[in-house]
Amino acid sequence: MAWRDSRSHRLRLLLYSLSIVLGVAALVSIRSFSANLRAGLEEQSKSLLGADLVFSGPLPLTPEVEELIRPFARERAYQTSFSSMALFPEREGTRLVQVRALEGEFPFYGELETDPASAAKGFRNGAFALLDQTLMLQFDLVPGDRIQLGHKTFEILGSLMSVPGDSPTFNALGSRIYIPERFVGETGLIQIGSRVRYAVFVRTDAAFDPATFLEENRERISGLDLRAETVQSRKEQLGRAMENLDRFLSLVGLIALLLGGIGVATSIHLYTREKIPVIATLRCIGATAKQSFSIYLLQAAGLGALGSTLGGLLGVAIQETLPVVFSGLIPFKVEIGVAWSAVAQGFWLGLAASVLFALIPLLPLRGISPLLALRSEYQEHDLPRRDWAVRLVYAAIGAFILSFALLNTESIGVGVGFFVGLLAVFAALYGAAALLIRLVRRYFPSRWAYEWRQGLANLYRPHNQTAVLMFAIGLGTFFLLSIFLVQSSLLQEIDRFGGPGKPNLILFDIQSNQTEPVAELVRAQGLPVLDMVPIVTMRLEAIGDVPRQDVLAHREAGRPEWALRREYRSTYRDVLDSTERIVRGRFPGDPESERIPVSLEDGIARELQVDLGDRLTFDVQGIRVEAEVASIRAVDWQNFQTNFFVVFPNGVLESAPQFHVLITRTETPEASAQLQREVVRDFPNISAVDLTLILESIESVLSKVSFVLHFLGAFTLLTGVIVLLGALASGRYQRARESALLRTMGGSRPQIWKILAAEYFFLGAFAVAVSFLLALVAGGALSLYLFESPVPHPGWVAPAFALGVVALVVLVGLFNSRRILEAPPLQILRAEN
Amino acid sequence: MILEVEKLTKKYPSGNRSLTVLNGVSFQIEQGSTNAIVGPSGSGKSTLLGLAAGLDRPSSGRVVLNGRDLNPLSEEQLAELRNQHVGFVFQNFQLIPTLTALENVMVPLELRGGNHSREKAEELLSRVGLGDRLHHYPSQLSGGEQQRVSLARAFVNRPLILFADEPTGNLDGETSGAVAELLFRLNRDEGTTLVVVTHNMELASKTERVITLRSGSIESDRRHASEKAANGEG
Repeated sequence: MAWRDSRSHRLRLLLYSLSIVLGVAALVSIRSFSANLRAGLEEQSKSLLGADLVFSGPLPLTPEVEELIRPFARERAYQTSFSSMALFPEREGTRLVQVRALEGEFPFYGELETDPASAAKGFRNGAFALLDQTLMLQFDLVPGDRIQLGHKTFEILGSLMSVPGDSPTFNALGSRIYIPERFVGETGLIQIGSRVRYAVFVRTDAAFDPATFLEENRERISGLDLRAETVQSRKEQLGRAMENLDRFLSLVGLIALLLGGIGVATSIHLYTREKIPVIATLRCIGATAKQSFSIYLLQAAGLGALGSTLGGLLGVAIQETLPVVFSGLIPFKVEIGVAWSAVAQGFWLGLAASVLFALIPLLPLRGISPLLALRSEYQEHDLPRRDWAVRLVYAAIGAFILSFALLNTESIGVGVGFFVGLLAVFAALYGAAALLIRLVRRYFPSRWAYEWRQGLANLYRPHNQTAVLMFAIGLGTFFLLSIFLVQSSLLQEIDRFGGPGKPNLILFDIQSNQTEPVAELVRAQGLPVLDMVPIVTMRLEAIGDVPRQDVLAHREAGRPEWALRREYRSTYRDVLDSTERIVRGRFPGDPESERIPVSLEDGIARELQVDLGDRLTFDVQGIRVEAEVASIRAVDWQNFQTNFFVVFPNGVLESAPQFHVLITRTETPEASAQLQREVVRDFPNISAVDLTLILESIESVLSKVSFVLHFLGAFTLLTGVIVLLGALASGRYQRARESALLRTMGGSRPQIWKILAAEYFFLGAFAVAVSFLLALVAGGALSLYLFESPVPHPGWVAPAFALGVVALVVLVGLFNSRRILEAPPLQILRAEN
Repeated sequence: MILEVEKLTKKYPSGNRSLTVLNGVSFQIEQGSTNAIVGPSGSGKSTLLGLAAGLDRPSSGRVVLNGRDLNPLSEEQLAELRNQHVGFVFQNFQLIPTLTALENVMVPLELRGGNHSREKAEELLSRVGLGDRLHHYPSQLSGGEQQRVSLARAFVNRPLILFADEPTGNLDGETSGAVAELLFRLNRDEGTTLVVVTHNMELASKTERVITLRSGSIESDRRHASEKAANGEG
């Protein structure tokens, strides 16, 4: 009967099912892709590290390290990595790069992918270099060209496509260059203050268990200032990142699915209202309430199953595009295959959502009286108003969302937070819709032209779908606009760095004897020396009387490891910078005091859990220096200049080994390139960081991440449009009748078009206005409190996008209504009879 | 003559054949007269009404309404003509469910872009006895009340001719009588020409002229002067 009853409406039913399609597609594509990621991670786990075990640290590897690894190392390789300026003689260009000097047969698992392939092995045989593909393209380099690092020139042997475990995007701040380790000395680049990292890659015996070894030797490794990484730890680290991504994306998918559910509910509501005479007739001829209800429940379930199947297929197809979307963000290769478990999961979730949401309009059908068959028109109040079963369904939907969120996030806090947040957005959209409708009613513009008034009034008239459509359009718009606003806030913040008059080029690793000539060279180019800052590297030795090792061993107090282990790069001066202000204590402190008075940045003081008067002992390259916290400073880090955790007073560190940083500003990229070329030529050990390039890299990462978010946000908006289409298609019968009546009474086509256009315009405009306001609040709050960036300025793109959505709603609405005016009025009025 | 119907034929496709619903019907209606079109179900009454009012196009023949041949007119011109000269009353009222009683009555005036539509609509609703139900939606009104709203809507733009399709068909006996009386009273007050399609012979007998259709053709065309006198005319 369910099948027979659907006979004349199958096409329309198919349209209803579309709203669930995108939600399921989003979920399936995300889940299937994650499954592929996990499989890829598992399969390539060893090549993620290229070795079984890696030790790395800031100091050259000592015999103690050799002793540590000797018992289990079957094979080893060494890498010295540091930043440096590279000069390309053929192209007259310079660029800050990340040099990786290799000795040994790294990687033991997986391979360096190069073009030509032979270069991966060949570069180890002489003064050859491998360059990141992006760098080759940037400078238009080809194998055979040369690259100069410090005093040494290398021949480029090939371009580097991938390195086990490296994700290219995150190397954007310094392209990778591989050279043989034995030439590092000849470059002359490692000097005082050079930030060098030394690593040893180890291939172990098959029987060796790295985890147990690390656990047993924790203190010894920590004492050697080494960081250890195993295949397992890298896998877990990547796995965690992937899981977070998966969770976040699944929640976005859920939003699309819920919107789809709302679409199903709306469509079924309108569909079944037309079916009331049929149901009443069925009741007259002896169908029970349960039987007639089951007919439509079966139709809804069939619809959900069809929609979910189509969604699954679409999801599998979309999944193919995800590697492109995520390109540069995932550090290993992902083989795309269909994860059937994800498809099945998507199917059941889609079916469950369809049936649950469809139950809301279906349950009241049980109360239809057979008497209605004798009346020409049913009335909304013929249906029972308060139905406990409907309330139960609402509760079940709540439980469905909450359990999905909890299962996906595996965290009560995040799961409940998501649930509450979603409820809040729904409530805000609904509340805003209700408020708007009330305001429009109260302050109705009675002087407007008839068509506009009619269109506006349609929003609050009986059987209106305003609230549902506000959800459908508003949610996606809100989501996309919020992402956009946060992104623009971050970009505003980035732009603030490079504002006019602000420093945009830093030269670092300047040795003490180079300060004067370098400053002169800068001035000779017509550029200002905005600052020349001395930097002394040191490590924290003790807090109060407790040595660092002991603090590290008992970190119950919650002091983070990075703050204890890091190399502190401190400066000395007696005046504050413009970006600093004293929060507590005195600066520079009392020179007569027993210990050296230092100033701590407030964040690091919090991390180390120290305050005014506390003692800190630093190891300044072998010499113990006892200091006391004399002041706490607040620092505005969001400036492109040197900022410090610890500032010493003058008169203490002057004779310590140190290097200097020079800050300047260039007005054009050409001037910047010119200065960098001159510096590299005369002082090869000095590196330059060009703010413009950094900002470009950050913007590129940001735009990749925001593309992923927009990609998924678009699902929500598209689902909203489909819900809109479904709702409009369902209401078409009523509209056709209304416009037939208007035409009978002499309404012209343009008048009816105007009324329809006005209605869709107001609907779209209200939904967009509300979501725009909500997005401003949400985007503003996220920017201010989470990213600590300025309140976003919507600029012109956000309003243009919002207007675009309004135009889309009007177009979709009118497109959907085009047939309404085609049928002669008599035909429609007759159909009524 | 306000309405001239000449050799009007209407055929509908039915499967592979065509079904003739009206077959060469001709008659003329005088201005200010009251007329009934009666006949059994399927005799073509409603089709004739739809064609005469310009809601549908004939297969052949023509309709001249207020001196204008409807055949060459476009849909837009027909709509304009209806708005200016024609009123409708339907069996199932055909009120717009999303508009209040007052708004339903205002629609024809609003479409015309006239002034004081609210006052005029309020006045007519008061005349049909619904002055206290202005802001009720159709679903909140009884069948008789809905038909009275529909009458007010039909008369609000002072039509030259009013077409009523079984105006009492959906009403019980008592209400039916009251609505019929109201229809004739308004018609008399406004001096409108009335064309009623009905099964209800009692209603038909209140008109000056009864045209009987059978199988798409005119079976009889009778005038009864006595009824005219009874209705207070002449």
